[in-house]
Amino acid sequence: MISVKNLCKQFGSFKAVDNLSFEVRPGDIVGFLGPNGAGKSTTMKMLTGFLPPSSGEIRIFDQDILQSAKQIQRRLGYLPEGAPAYGDMTPLQFLNFIADVRGLKGEQKKQRLAKVIDMVELRSMLDRPIENLSKGFKRRVGLAQAILHDPQVLILDEPTDGLDPNQKHQVRELIQNLSKDKIVIISTHILEEVTSVCNRAMIIAGGKMLFDASPDDLQRRSRYYKAISLHFTQMTDISGLAELPGVEDMEIEKHSGRVVLFPERQQDIMPVVSAYIRDRGLQVDRLYEEQGRLDDVFRQMTAEVSE
Amino acid sequence: MVGTLFRREFASYFATPVAYVFILIFLMLGGVFSFYIGNFYERGQADLLPFFNFHPWLYLFLVPAMAMRSWSEERKSGTIELIMTLPVTIWQVMLGKFLAAWMVLGLALILTFPLWLTVNYLGNPDNGIILAAYLGSWLMAGAFLAIGMCMSALTKSQVVAFILAVVVCFLFVLSGSGIVLDAFKGWMSPMMLDTLASFSFLTHFESMAKGVIALNDVGYFLIAIGIWLYGGFLAVEQKKAE
Repeated sequence: MISVKNLCKQFGSFKAVDNLSFEVRPGDIVGFLGPNGAGKSTTMKMLTGFLPPSSGEIRIFDQDILQSAKQIQRRLGYLPEGAPAYGDMTPLQFLNFIADVRGLKGEQKKQRLAKVIDMVELRSMLDRPIENLSKGFKRRVGLAQAILHDPQVLILDEPTDGLDPNQKHQVRELIQNLSKDKIVIISTHILEEVTSVCNRAMIIAGGKMLFDASPDDLQRRSRYYKAISLHFTQMTDISGLAELPGVEDMEIEKHSGRVVLFPERQQDIMPVVSAYIRDRGLQVDRLYEEQGRLDDVFRQMTAEVSE
Repeated sequence: MVGTLFRREFASYFATPVAYVFILIFLMLGGVFSFYIGNFYERGQADLLPFFNFHPWLYLFLVPAMAMRSWSEERKSGTIELIMTLPVTIWQVMLGKFLAAWMVLGLALILTFPLWLTVNYLGNPDNGIILAAYLGSWLMAGAFLAIGMCMSALTKSQVVAFILAVVVCFLFVLSGSGIVLDAFKGWMSPMMLDTLASFSFLTHFESMAKGVIALNDVGYFLIAIGIWLYGGFLAVEQKKAE
């Protein structure tokens, strides 16, 4: 369990992290969201004991990070931003080194190495110097390093940054397949990642916490949540749609001709809309309920802070 | 733990050409200096004094070149974040780095053995003296190295680290030389002058090069190593985030 209270980090006159408080329990996969420079990486650096907080408290497994950093770090895996690794080593040498530092020995070391190398599919690249590897493989080396000792807390700073869609998918699967009693914190600015991997989303901007709930809740914040999108086969008079009970607003997207109906207070307006269409015999070739647009919510929330 | 870190660092000197280049240049320059400038043959004495006399000047440029990447590289590539969040302390990393580089320096010294063979073939040198000089040279190299690593911990740029290290090392070498001491003679009390000279690597190395292993000389170099490594430790701790 991680508990953070009133965490602040000041660099000169710049407040990178401003009074963050939150708790993370085993089983939580937390997505740290925020624009660049929001304080995500700084927060992670403090969680891993790399940077000392300017004020506030971080406790992991009921130990203070300042007093017992080394004990905590034993149970913690960390992928720093950009997945740094010693370029002159090969992945095999590097992972061996990490295993030694982590105190893995003998048979256990062999097993963990083999397992992790398979998990990140690194076997074909084991004997090339890391500096010659592609970005995707470098990232995998970083991930392998972080999960090598099967840590209870895993902190990944932009694990999918710079990967192609297939690699992103792999990394997400890997995170989902970690056992269920772990704490995982990943930072990202890819919103779909949060809905597909995390069960909790935190939005940070300007060092402050703006939102902390499930990704579904985040979607619910969207104007588009439960909105109905439809497209008519022919031009018809649709002004009546906007008058339907429960419909707050109607928008027509000019270039696509798509009509979006926004509900009042997130009501279910599908029945009235479909009844209306049926009664009038309107020709519709597309009709669906929107999930809520995350980037919309994200932009709206973070814009308020930067202003 | 220091052993694991030491092995990684030591291997990395040989994975990159750093160690090979260093050893090669050291051997070449060492030879050139002792034979051409040091008049190894013409002196007609069976000792390695001309060889050892040039060591401070050789180390002055070669050791900072070797030490410059130790911390700068970690900060530049971001691996410092990795290593500092592993369950190892800064001191363990520092010692691992220092010992690895010091061993490479020791290896370079050992590889000068043909010179020792030559002098033994040509005459009857006092091998005890030579051994003491080797030890002294290695200790002095360690002090140069500790300075270089401290400077490397101060900056992300290897070039800046190199220049800083050369300047600081130069001061420590020079403070015992005639030029500096003469310059200060006019207005410094003899005691201050002695203190200044006693900080010099040259003063402490010269007696060891002549075969005298005094506790204060050995102690001086060990303390210098300790102090500069501590300086490096502080620099790493303070500046790791930048």
